[in-house]
Amino acid sequence: MDYNAYVTEERIEGAEEGRLAGRTVAVKDNISTAGVRTTCGSAMLADYVPPYDATVVERLKEAGATIPGKTNMDEFGMGTTTETSAFGPVENPAAEGYVPGGSSGGSAAVVAAGDADMALGSDTGGSVRCPAAFCGVVGIKPTYGLVSRYGLIAYANSLEQIGPIAPTVEEAAELLEVIAGPDERDATTRDASEALGDGEATAITGDVTDEDGGYDFVSAADGDVDGMEIGVPTELLDGADDAVVEQFWAAIDDLEAAGASYHEVTLPSLEHAVEAYYVIATSEASSNLARFDGVRYGVSGGYDGDWNEAFARAREEGFGPEVKRRVLLGTFALSAGYQDKYYKKAQDARAWVKQDFDEALGAADVLASPTMPVPPLERGESLDDPLQMYLADANTTPVNLANLPAISVPAGETGDDRPVGLQFVGPAFGERAVIRAGSALG
Amino acid sequence: MAQAQETGELAVIIGLEVHVQLETDTKIFCGCSTAAADEPNTNTCPVCLGLPGALPVLNEGAVEAAVKVGKAIDATIPERTRFHRKNYYYPDLPKNFQISQYDAPICQDGRLEFSVGDERRTVGIRRAHLEEDPGSLKHKGGSIDTAEYTLVDYNRAGTPLLEIVTDPDFRDAAEVRAFLAKLEEVLEYLGVFDAGRDGSLRVDANLSVVAESEVGADGSVDADVLEAANRTEVKNISSHKGAEKALAYEAQRQKNAIERGRAVQQETRHWDESRGITVSMRSKEEEKDYRYYREADLPPLEVADWKEEIDIPELPDARRERFREEYGLDVEAADKLTATKQVADFYEELAAEFDADLAATWVADNLLGELNYRDMQVTDIDGRLDEVKRLVELVAAEEITAKNARETVLRSMLDDGRDPDTVVAEEGLGKTTGDEVQQAVEAAIEENPGAVEDYHAGEDGAINFLVGQVMQKTGGSADPGDVNQLLREALE
Repeated sequence: MDYNAYVTEERIEGAEEGRLAGRTVAVKDNISTAGVRTTCGSAMLADYVPPYDATVVERLKEAGATIPGKTNMDEFGMGTTTETSAFGPVENPAAEGYVPGGSSGGSAAVVAAGDADMALGSDTGGSVRCPAAFCGVVGIKPTYGLVSRYGLIAYANSLEQIGPIAPTVEEAAELLEVIAGPDERDATTRDASEALGDGEATAITGDVTDEDGGYDFVSAADGDVDGMEIGVPTELLDGADDAVVEQFWAAIDDLEAAGASYHEVTLPSLEHAVEAYYVIATSEASSNLARFDGVRYGVSGGYDGDWNEAFARAREEGFGPEVKRRVLLGTFALSAGYQDKYYKKAQDARAWVKQDFDEALGAADVLASPTMPVPPLERGESLDDPLQMYLADANTTPVNLANLPAISVPAGETGDDRPVGLQFVGPAFGERAVIRAGSALG
Repeated sequence: MAQAQETGELAVIIGLEVHVQLETDTKIFCGCSTAAADEPNTNTCPVCLGLPGALPVLNEGAVEAAVKVGKAIDATIPERTRFHRKNYYYPDLPKNFQISQYDAPICQDGRLEFSVGDERRTVGIRRAHLEEDPGSLKHKGGSIDTAEYTLVDYNRAGTPLLEIVTDPDFRDAAEVRAFLAKLEEVLEYLGVFDAGRDGSLRVDANLSVVAESEVGADGSVDADVLEAANRTEVKNISSHKGAEKALAYEAQRQKNAIERGRAVQQETRHWDESRGITVSMRSKEEEKDYRYYREADLPPLEVADWKEEIDIPELPDARRERFREEYGLDVEAADKLTATKQVADFYEELAAEFDADLAATWVADNLLGELNYRDMQVTDIDGRLDEVKRLVELVAAEEITAKNARETVLRSMLDDGRDPDTVVAEEGLGKTTGDEVQQAVEAAIEENPGAVEDYHAGEDGAINFLVGQVMQKTGGSADPGDVNQLLREALE
């Protein structure tokens, strides 16, 4: 069946040998591939062919992976359903008639349908975890700075990370090992073991590097959660769909049976996280997307009138309604006279969210919540009501605000067979903790 | 507009924003070369083209250059510095935002002292911040208003810029010119600036005219008064001379308007160098909102410890003073010899090896004099200073006469590009050896018994005649003083 999961099906062959040789890794269409068009799901970039590879694409090729194509996505990553793509919506292979989640809906769909072994998505406010949850697969949002963003076409650059999507936790961890690690072309990348410092390894996390000095995430995927302490932020259960909450507690029961224990925590700042996220993300988007003016690539604004008019025409034609909405919101939030009221306040809220997470993670190895408060929506359901779509990001956006790592793993289904995902959040560069927790449910 | 009614004495208030291209090998946020390129859009990469997905990485060389400037202007350099995005749309700006600095500039609260005529002046420097240069626009078939089309060249995009913002401390255009000359001198000494590069110095000036009575005894003007006076921002100034002309014009234009009872419009004006006037840019003057916010792609930079390790060379004023004391130079010579770091370094090299006075004569008078006569700079003979040094060595060793060295050898070096040894050999300028001179002395005595007699009779003119004879025999290459001495010895 055609899920409309690819924007471009064009094979990019990697090295003949390597740990991913013989396997396919689909790549979200906002990650630059030299010589293969990279559209961001936007008419603006329908014909844009990058002259260079993103760092993660280089690393995939070096590891021997074959890239079967570029996956469909919400335009510039702005959406939770993969319905805002200029190339049409993506079907959910795991729940027909429902959205696959977004914005990396194409990446999750190709993995769920078995069309690719694994895939890369990007996660600005949940864009890896949401589609992983809705399509019944595994997705990891790494700690900010673990994976290079060089070549990732920015939506909100202080929030986003490229992350793996795979059928199992172990495979997702393996793909993460391939793409993670400092990059001199991205000044925000950090070395995980340096960032963790000496003596940070605990019984739960173990050492982040193996004997050869490379990252080791795979060995954490052993399902052993004996002695693990899990915090459950009550704010992330309030207002969640009953069927989702039911599956969540069933999963916690399983973890308890495997030797983990849990306690409830409150993170009062989370009440403001969605608002803060949308102010910061749209502000950054208004700047990041300014370069799309039709001068050197993308939709041309033609030559009538002055350059200002030509720019405006290119942007009017090239951007879809959700992108325009967010660019307008962000431009407003950064404007003189409003910046203090919106952008600065959102930054304060972000700092508060970080602090709340740090405190909660002082008393727990990981925090657990439903990935999405709702099961997959019906197609078209949220398009007329952007606010409903924004609120569905309540559980994922706080993690991006706090720069923390998180995983979404399948945790059963609702009564009508819609997948439910469970999210674990760990401390900065604590990928091994969330991988370990997630692997116990796999 | 309040000033329209006042027709008493008027005072001019000027503040500057000076954009200086910092001399680094590579651009500020990528590895592209900053060297001049023949072809447009060749020194470019995804980063300086602002291609989707490309990320900036800070060139520490640009920070180091900025810290040097900060030290030279007595600025406060913060413990950590960071970058902001300045958001505006313009066709030469690849990302439609410029990475710049906002609330934590690399230099704050500095000052620069300079001379205008005999007066010493100090101008406050509010801040100096790092940013990336945009690309450049080539308007084809006309000016910015009338061109048929415009081409964009991104070779310049990403060149490190230091924007230096002064206090409104200037009172006339001549002060601005003197300040800019001094600033260039300091930057050049620091080795962070190349005045010869096209567009390496660009000035925007804010100018307003207020009543003289508003100017305090210490030269200060109340901020409210400045705020109330309409000011114009004059753009497109690219040299000291241009600054002086543009601002003298603009000051007179504003004074004329006020004296005739017309209001000065608050606007941006374009300096038209060829016509020698400022023209209104006619753009509607809306309040600029650059929506500054933190650039998350560049982590804050700790400079607290690093700045201590960055040394700056002796600056022009200090060097000038030292030259006078150490080498006994007069004011004029010291000024000439410290005008650029290259000249001062060359002088000290010669002074150390030969003699301070000889070196001063050769650099300040002979070399700079002959260059100046040819409208040349020392930078034009960059690679040939060794030849000049060789020439001075020949003079110091008395192998050629000072006169021949300057008038024949140095001029030929500059005009024909020959090296000094070649000129000496080809023109036969080598001083005659002692034997040859001795022979000529003996021959002159033998051939001129009358003169010898006169000499013994006490006639002073006789010795001069004999010296002339010897000089003639040696083709002018003997030292007249030596000849005089030899003759007297031979005649005793």
